[in-house]
Amino acid sequence: MNPRDVADEDPDRLYTVTGGRSRADGHGLDLVTLIVSESAPAAGSQSEHVRILRICRDPTSVVELSSELALPVSVVKILLTDLIDTGRASARHPSSAGDPLPDTEFLRKVLVGLRKL
Amino acid sequence: MDSASSDLPRRRPLRSSAADGVKIVIVGGFGVGKTTMVRSVSEIRPLSTEEVMTQAGAGVDHNVGAPEKTTTTVAFDFGRISLDERMILYLFGAPGQERFWFLWDQLFAGTLGVVVLVDTRRLADSWYAIDRLEHHGTPFIVARNRFEPLAHDLGDVRSALDLSAGVPLVDCDARRRESAKEVLIALVDHLHTLSAAREASP
Repeated sequence: MNPRDVADEDPDRLYTVTGGRSRADGHGLDLVTLIVSESAPAAGSQSEHVRILRICRDPTSVVELSSELALPVSVVKILLTDLIDTGRASARHPSSAGDPLPDTEFLRKVLVGLRKL
Repeated sequence: MDSASSDLPRRRPLRSSAADGVKIVIVGGFGVGKTTMVRSVSEIRPLSTEEVMTQAGAGVDHNVGAPEKTTTTVAFDFGRISLDERMILYLFGAPGQERFWFLWDQLFAGTLGVVVLVDTRRLADSWYAIDRLEHHGTPFIVARNRFEPLAHDLGDVRSALDLSAGVPLVDCDARRRESAKEVLIALVDHLHTLSAAREASP
């Protein structure tokens, strides 16, 4: 998909998708929070919710969902908040999110992973 | 221009054990090779997306869909590396220009560290980004993406960027996987040094 798809998005559609909300503060979702479906999409669900639940059968980051759905990150966070609030999806939060500089043990694991590339 | 990675899959599901996302951001001016570097090491074809912020109404819950509203929109690319069963590294290519920094905290809070990718023909493009990173206290290294012919040695680059002695400066060829990988290792080595120093002085 092309990022222009998002920029050219009809604002009315974004408004409808999010039910008019512009902020999602509920779950501290990060770009790299991994989302996992906890249930199959129910009949009659909002189409974006259905797509998210299908994609998140495998753990999928917020930013990959944003790209896949061609929706801005903040809009995806609002959609995810609905799903998490109702137990239809769960979030795996980054362990280093609160700390600007992780401990050496964590960084050593990152180095081991990079050296294997 | 690209190396061997045009056959990368666009979607490739993560393992079910994936649990811990990690962020590294590559910042640089237009055309400096950010996406090329992401592509060189990513296990998926680089993707792009956008974030928007209402300029006047930041933090205020109204009017997100109003057509007359002024919004800041920034596009960015990203790729992905599975480090082990649990840890997934996301690499973001971010433009260094001024308006982008409105969204820095919203997008990249908690970033492990930053690679500032520079082109010696346009070093001034990096000044603003370096200034902002120092201001934020975000750890970073600088990588010079080599475009032939080389006009400056790294010492000249360090002076021109007014880099403090503690900030690593390395050469790279963003098109080559090994080289891009070495840049990431240099960054995480630097973070490790900083973290070890902190642990040694409680």
